[in-house]
Amino acid sequence: MRLTPKSATLIVLALLVAITPFFFPSGYYYRVGALLFVNGIAVTGIVILTGYAGQISLGHAGFAGIGAYACALAPVHWGLHPALAAVLGAAISAVLAYLVGRPILRLKGYYLGVATLGFGILVSMVLNNERQLTRGPDGIEVADLGLREVLKGWGLNLTNGEFWYFFCGLCLIIGAWLALNLHNSPTGRALRALHGSEVAARTVGVDVARFKLQAFVISAVYASVAGSLLALQNKFITPDVAGFMHSVEMVTMAVLGGVGSVLGAIFGAGILTLLPQVLTVFAEYEQMVLGLVMLLVMIFLREGLLPSILKKFWGKDE
Amino acid sequence: MSELLQFLFSGITVGAVYALVALGFTIIYNASDVVNFAQGEFVMLGGMITWFAHAQGLPLPLAALIAIAATAALGVAMNKLMIEPARGAPVVSLIIITIGASIFIQGAAQLVFDKQIHSFPAFSGDDPIRIGGATILPQSLWVIGGALVVFLALWLFFTRTLLGRAVLATSNNRLAAQLVGINTNFVMTLSFALSAAIGALAGVLATPITLTAYSVGIGFALKGFAGAMLGGMGNPKGALVGGFLIGLFEAMTAGYLSSQYKDAAAFIVILAVLFFMPQGLFGRKSTDRV
Amino acid sequence: MSDLLSIEGLGISFGGLKAVNDVSFRVRPGEIVSVIGPNGAGKTTLFNMISGVYLPGAGRVMLDGADVTGMEPHLLARRGMSRTFQNLQIFQSMTVLENVITGYHLQEKGPVVADILGLPSSRRRARKAMAGARELLERVGLTRAAEREAGNLSYGSLKRLEIARALALDPKVLLLDEPAAGCNAVETEEIDHLIAEVAASGVAILLVEHDMKMVMRISNHIVVLDHGEKIAEGDPATVSQNPAVIAAYLGAENAHG
Repeated sequence: MRLTPKSATLIVLALLVAITPFFFPSGYYYRVGALLFVNGIAVTGIVILTGYAGQISLGHAGFAGIGAYACALAPVHWGLHPALAAVLGAAISAVLAYLVGRPILRLKGYYLGVATLGFGILVSMVLNNERQLTRGPDGIEVADLGLREVLKGWGLNLTNGEFWYFFCGLCLIIGAWLALNLHNSPTGRALRALHGSEVAARTVGVDVARFKLQAFVISAVYASVAGSLLALQNKFITPDVAGFMHSVEMVTMAVLGGVGSVLGAIFGAGILTLLPQVLTVFAEYEQMVLGLVMLLVMIFLREGLLPSILKKFWGKDE
Repeated sequence: MSELLQFLFSGITVGAVYALVALGFTIIYNASDVVNFAQGEFVMLGGMITWFAHAQGLPLPLAALIAIAATAALGVAMNKLMIEPARGAPVVSLIIITIGASIFIQGAAQLVFDKQIHSFPAFSGDDPIRIGGATILPQSLWVIGGALVVFLALWLFFTRTLLGRAVLATSNNRLAAQLVGINTNFVMTLSFALSAAIGALAGVLATPITLTAYSVGIGFALKGFAGAMLGGMGNPKGALVGGFLIGLFEAMTAGYLSSQYKDAAAFIVILAVLFFMPQGLFGRKSTDRV
Repeated sequence: MSDLLSIEGLGISFGGLKAVNDVSFRVRPGEIVSVIGPNGAGKTTLFNMISGVYLPGAGRVMLDGADVTGMEPHLLARRGMSRTFQNLQIFQSMTVLENVITGYHLQEKGPVVADILGLPSSRRRARKAMAGARELLERVGLTRAAEREAGNLSYGSLKRLEIARALALDPKVLLLDEPAAGCNAVETEEIDHLIAEVAASGVAILLVEHDMKMVMRISNHIVVLDHGEKIAEGDPATVSQNPAVIAAYLGAENAHG
């Protein structure tokens, strides 16, 4: 039986999550792995928006910020369970994406880029400035999710690192599964069609504005969930999560690996998550390297690394 | 009343900078349909290079000239190395490329220079001029004058010179321009050089007031774009007016609402323009083409 | 009222230049009406106005008795209008099959939540569209290319793919913009048959085509445009004898020569 791209992607991800821990030299790597998975979730959202629908956002970190601060604030102020706070964050992100996306998605590329950029900056401005609420640039602590204790009660005893590694891994697999469902569904086809040719998509009856908005909202939820997971596992969050550089990082990860496919984008997230761990001098050059990666990939490998590698191994895909 | 006048002065001053950035956007957009997100970095480089050269002991005018020339050269390099190889790429790719360039230039600037905030002396001293109970810095007059002179020079260039008309022809119809013998590649290069030089000039003029650092570019880009869009994308007159309006709006927000959120003003304008008049103040309504 | 499509005094200007001016004609069910004229006569512009891509500056478009002037293309699709493009608007990175399935969009679309969760209802919709798409591919002779990426197909195949996608909408009115351009004689004849077959099933067909032999062969009625104006119309025999038409074509030839 031939493997569909969907099951192949899910199998690869499941194996990655399950097997790599056997090669971890120390517990620290669980943390790196969890971070990779969180970034993977965020870029899966970018795949839906940019890879499927061909739209760009330079402000998705704003939604990550909303997801993160929902987990920090809602438990304290409204006594919400952190898990519910994450759901609330996702809901707020979805509503905001809908409201902001409605006017700006009617227009083309550049306007979308600038408007989303402005949106991201606005969110990070609020997080930095509303000190009474967010405690400003120094950051704020986040309540414990408490799931690890529950698992302990069931006899599953995991270290903190292990727990977040597997939990984020599971979330990534679910996120990837949903995105792959979407890819081959009527909605996914409509999104890819409007990406391919907007005018042709309209003539076959695709309500282009509506589908763009759907992609924008869905990808905002992905970013929000990624932000929530980041906040919950670190038990601390700063406004940097919503910063412009974080938005750029998301886009860069996705295009580096290949924004057209879920696995490709996660591959890109992997590279850019691991690179700073491997190269300790990276911190100083981080911005330059990010910029350079964006430039080189877009000029020379427009489809991204993974598709290019696969083509090399399997020849022309037919 | 003098309070209002004061806000007006500061609005016109920053507005002049945004107008220059918006003009830079317009030149490149007209020649190539590319919105260059690295436009703000030209402003940053204008300020940073001038500061650096001046700190090395060069006289300020020479330092400024070096900064403008170096930034113009970088603009040319950007066009040759990034934009030309990517001709025909989808808009999303071009956005990522110019954002990548912007991030790269920022990263390089913090390595080559540093992460501190810098400035250099104002051209005509720091004694404020009193007008109707409010004050304005002599440097502000330099900035405002600079914006007007650049606009006038561009207008003369585009309407009175053969080369300027060639640029306009290219922006109207690239293929037709090529057919009548215009070297469109040269026009593109020229546009990037011009646009970068204007950006750098804005940085040189504004730094004594606004100060500079490796990270100021993106803010200028966002506001300059807001100005260009408010005026109507691709329209130089619109860019000038739009830039000034964004500056005024920002100054009024800072003065009467909240100085912390003055940077939000530009974003609100962007959204409002998209909502109510996507073609901007002076723009033409575009016809969708297959 | 038996006209499916009726164009009444349609016109548009670009920058003060009248690209199309006061053009009227009608298409009945099962009829093939061709619009011909020299390059730049405004044929594609006319198409773009009828199909909602451009907003007409003057006149009306009536579809099945209802005024649809300036209506958005996706709403026109719901009312049974479908089209192909002169310069090919294929979804390049999708497979050939997916391209045609997209033509079933209006039938297969459903709640996004069902799609993202991969619910049975979503799969059912998709399966039904796929079955229809396979039939259409069979009909245009592209079955063997079904799983290939559309961007890799030959020009002639892409032309047929576009027609298949347009037919997937099960249109009442079909606009074909140069469906045989760039095709060889055999392919042209295949497209010929296909168009005739579709018309025979009661679809009103509006055709822009440069291949005069094809136009003369299959059209019931011909409308001739020159410089954006209708200069003649009638059945093929009448139009081909019309002095104004001959002059327009010869004039165009001379200008090129």
